[in-house]
Formats: sequence, C-alpha cells, structure tokens
Amino acid sequence: MATPHKDVLGTLEGKATRFGYSDALLMLGASDPRVFVLDADLAKSTTTERFKAAYPDRFIDCGIAEQDMVGIAAGLSLMGKIPFTSTYGTFMVNRALDQIRVTVAYAELNVKIIGAHGGISVGPDGATHQALEDLGTMRMLPHMTVINPCDAIEARKATLAVAAMQGPTFIRLGREPVPIVTDDDTPFVIGRGITFEDGDDVTIAATGSMVYEALLAHEELARAGIHARVLAVHTIKPIDRDLLVQAARETGAVVTAEEHQVMGGFGSAVAEVLVQECPVPMEFVGVHDRFGESGTPDELLTAFGCRHTDIEAAVSRVMKRKR
Amino acid sequence: METTLSIPELRRLATEVRKDALRSITAAGSGHPGGSLSAADIMTALYFRCANLPSPTDPDRDRIFWSKGHIAPLLYTLLAYKGFFPKEELMTLRRFGSRLQGHPKKGSPPGVETSTGSLGQGLSVAVGCAYAARYDRLPVRSYCLTGDGELQEGQIWEALMAGAHFQLDNLCAIIDNNGLQIDGKCSEVMCIDDVGARLRAFNWHVISIDGHDMGQCVDALEEAKTVKGRPTAIVAHTIKGKGVSFMENVAGWHGKAPTQAELEQALAELDAQEEANDGNPA
Repeated sequence: MATPHKDVLGTLEGKATRFGYSDALLMLGASDPRVFVLDADLAKSTTTERFKAAYPDRFIDCGIAEQDMVGIAAGLSLMGKIPFTSTYGTFMVNRALDQIRVTVAYAELNVKIIGAHGGISVGPDGATHQALEDLGTMRMLPHMTVINPCDAIEARKATLAVAAMQGPTFIRLGREPVPIVTDDDTPFVIGRGITFEDGDDVTIAATGSMVYEALLAHEELARAGIHARVLAVHTIKPIDRDLLVQAARETGAVVTAEEHQVMGGFGSAVAEVLVQECPVPMEFVGVHDRFGESGTPDELLTAFGCRHTDIEAAVSRVMKRKR
Repeated sequence: METTLSIPELRRLATEVRKDALRSITAAGSGHPGGSLSAADIMTALYFRCANLPSPTDPDRDRIFWSKGHIAPLLYTLLAYKGFFPKEELMTLRRFGSRLQGHPKKGSPPGVETSTGSLGQGLSVAVGCAYAARYDRLPVRSYCLTGDGELQEGQIWEALMAGAHFQLDNLCAIIDNNGLQIDGKCSEVMCIDDVGARLRAFNWHVISIDGHDMGQCVDALEEAKTVKGRPTAIVAHTIKGKGVSFMENVAGWHGKAPTQAELEQALAELDAQEEANDGNPA
C-alpha cells in the first residue's frame, strides 16, 4: 500500500497534470534524441512550448490540423522516432479518431498520443473543449494503452513510462491544478493500480483528478465509521484485474469515480472485470450522458457530480445493496 | 546490385504485374481491379527502376506509402515480383488467415510500409517520414501514391500544406489521376479539377504526365529527385482499368472481381498488347 500525501487533503494547492507532462518532456529531450514533440497550435496550453524552447529542432507545430499531426507522428515513428502528439483531448481523440485507429493503432506504431484538457474542469470554454469521452474511445482500440494520471507527479512518471515502452499509448491531462497526492517514491507501473487507503467496508476505485476526491471521501466516511478502500487506477487499459477483483472480494461493494462519461469509461472497464470475476453491487460516479457547459471548474465539478460528496452518496447507496 | 531495367523491359513487367494482380483478384472473388490497372505503370517504374529498394528492411530504403490502399493487389504483386515473398501467395488474397489483407497491413507481407485503407491518411505519414529522414540526413526518399478521388479527403490538403511548409524535397506524391471514383466521374461527384493547378497553388513542384507512357513515368520520377526546396507531385493521367477493354473507363470496375471467363479475356488482351509492344520497342 502506498501512502498519499496527507498534508494536501483539504487544500486546493497543486499543479496541473499538463505541467507534469512537460516536466517529463524536458527530461526526455535531454536523455533520448529520438523524442519528438508535435502540437497543433496549442503549445502554450498543452505546455509543450517548454520543450519547444529547449529543443526547437525536435518540436513540430503542425498547425490546426490534428489529423495531419497524427499522420506525421506515424511517419516519424516509422523512422525510429518517439513522437508525442499534443492537443486538447477532444480534438485529439474525436477529430483524429480514424487516423489514430487505422494509421496508429492498427499498425501498432510507437506514437504517444496526449489529450490535454480532459474532463469537465476545463471550465468556461464549455462543452466543445471538455473531453468527456476520450478514455472510453481510446480504450476500445486494440493495441492502445490508456493512462489517466491523478496528479502532476504521476503525469511525469506516466510520460516517462510510455516513452520507454513500444506501442501506441494515450495519456489524458488536465487543465486545472490538482492537489499532489503522490510523491517521487509512489510506485508507477503501467497496468498496476495503487492502494492508497485500506478498508473492508467498500472500495472506491478512482482515476485521474477523482483520486483526490476519493481521498476526501475516505476521510469523511471514516468519521462516520465506514472504512473505505481507496484504489488509484491510472491505467485504464490494460486495467489491473487482480487489484480490482481482490478489492471487490474483500469489500463486497465498489464505487468508481471518473471525470468522464460513465458510459464506456473507467467505471465500465471496472465493471467488465468484476461482472465476470466477482460480481458485487457497484455505483458509478462521473458524468451521466450529457455534454458539459460553461462555468468555473468548481461550479462544474459540483453540477456534474464529480465531487467527494457524490462519492460519499454513492457509497451510501451501494452499501445498502451489499449482500 | 540490381540491373537497371530498360523501358521496354519495364513495360513488359508492368503487363505481367497487371495479369497477376487480376489473377489474385479473381481468385479472391473481390478486390479493386480498376485502380490496380491504372497505377500499374508508374508504380512498376518506381519499384523496379527509380526507387532504392534493395530489401524490405534496409534502413536506407526509400519508403513508399500506398494511401490508396484499396489497390493492394497491385502492391502485393509488385512486392512478390521484388522477391519479398513467394508469388504463389498472391492467390491467397483476402482469404482468412492470409497475410494479404483486403487493404494493406503494416509488414504483411514484408514491404508493406504501413497500414492504409481509410483514404486520405497516407500523405501525412509520408510527410513525417520525409521529415525524419531529412533530420537524420538519410538518403531516404518518401513516396506516396494517392488517387484523384482521394484528393476529396480534407486531410490530404493538410498534408500538402505541411509538405510545402517544411520544404520537404525528399517527398514525392504520385496522383493516379484516372478520373473515376465509385459513384462515377470525379468531376461530377466532387470536382477536384484542375489537380495540377491546385497542387501548384500549394507550392508543390508539379509534373503532369501520361501515366501509361513508361518513359514519361521514369523521367518524372527522376526529375522529382532533382527538385530542391519543395516537394514534388506527379500527376499521372491514367485510365482506370487500363489494358482490359471492358474495364477501361468504367467506374463499375472500381471494386468488382472479374469472373473466370472475364479474366481469360483480360489476360488474352494483355498478352496481345505485350506482343504488339514487342514489335515496336520504344
């Protein structure tokens, strides 16, 4: 079991995962000459401008042409480069889906696809810019590894990890700062979830920004005498079957939490495992089949049911259904 | 070291390639004869004379991307004739378990540079390949074959912009300009004329040729190697179904296999043309 940073609970200080991404890119730029970074006119937002400043000859701005960017990355990878394509998640995954499917995933190319600005917390830009289907869409593609880091440190580790592996990968990043809940010593292995809190009454399996909310929920539930196990699951695919099955077996009820559509997303991935191997009552916290809208991140996270209070309510519902 | 094939030799080879592509489509019972025949001459010139392709794994080999992946029968036949896999395997086209998928899959068989089939995607890949080759100062040239109907895909124009913007003179697009697409004439379905003028407007070096004149095919591919500071597009004016009378300029032969009787007739016509050609060496 790993220990989360206790100090951060209840604070809102943190760092956006997109900066963890470019922290790693700077390290990779220095350590691996094969690493190229591509952007589609959003280098400031995705934070790849930091790589551009340091390694301009390995940065390619493709202009506002996401489909072309994916193809160019594919061509680079065929010549032995390790390209990272970066833009907002919704433009990356939705606009360039066929390119990701046929050119990258089918050919099993070593292209690292980055979707920034994931989730409802993108805020005032509204529905068009809030990626809420990215994880589900990407996890349906054969050969694709899908990672959703919970904080900037994990985003840094995820970026380094995908550079070290062969094959297509997707990483989701967020726009807003999120509290740091891991540290340099927290283990990061692709495909392995992390147990942050032990407990036998219920399991809260959370991914991305919802890990912090799950830890808040854990504290609140503990006050009421409910001992929740908290799993932080950064890899949506391949998902950590053993960890999930063991948690379901030992706690008898599972709540999933994601800043994403619950249809086809992380919760679905968890359910696909549990329904086969250890069916238990489940509840799904996340966005329920609706588009986002404009507002502050705080307003939206509350309005769209992505708060620790939503997790607590889900825990209360699911525990009533425990056998 | 391969010997350089002469123009008449290339022409004869293109006829044999056409015949085997048609045999494989007939055996499969489905496939795309029209475009396989229209692009046969220039792609034979590329694979057997103008491109550096000693083996499918040579790191310095030229890369050839088939954006119009549906004419896989032509691609496979050329690769078999290169000796990259056994010719007998051509008759397994589109069968379950075959390496010869209906549309190309990377490395299957050796020599298929990447997966294509959803139109409009290959030129971007060729741009990325050319970019990397230049960065690494490799002698690699990056080629991409597209159709003319395929130019209706928006991504093609993104890639055309990028190729010119990055001044990739090791990049060459070959447009198999046969004028037909599934639903009819390109000019009637969604007009992309004048292709050459549009490409020039995107700052590409454009060479327009008769895509069935082997000498012009070779000359254009060689000229492209000399262009500096921008990519080249060869607009090969071709005839869909070229070489088989009942297929020529008939949109219906885009994606339909001949019957055995039709195949026999097609092979006889191609043989007759070859004999006629042998009587009149260029």
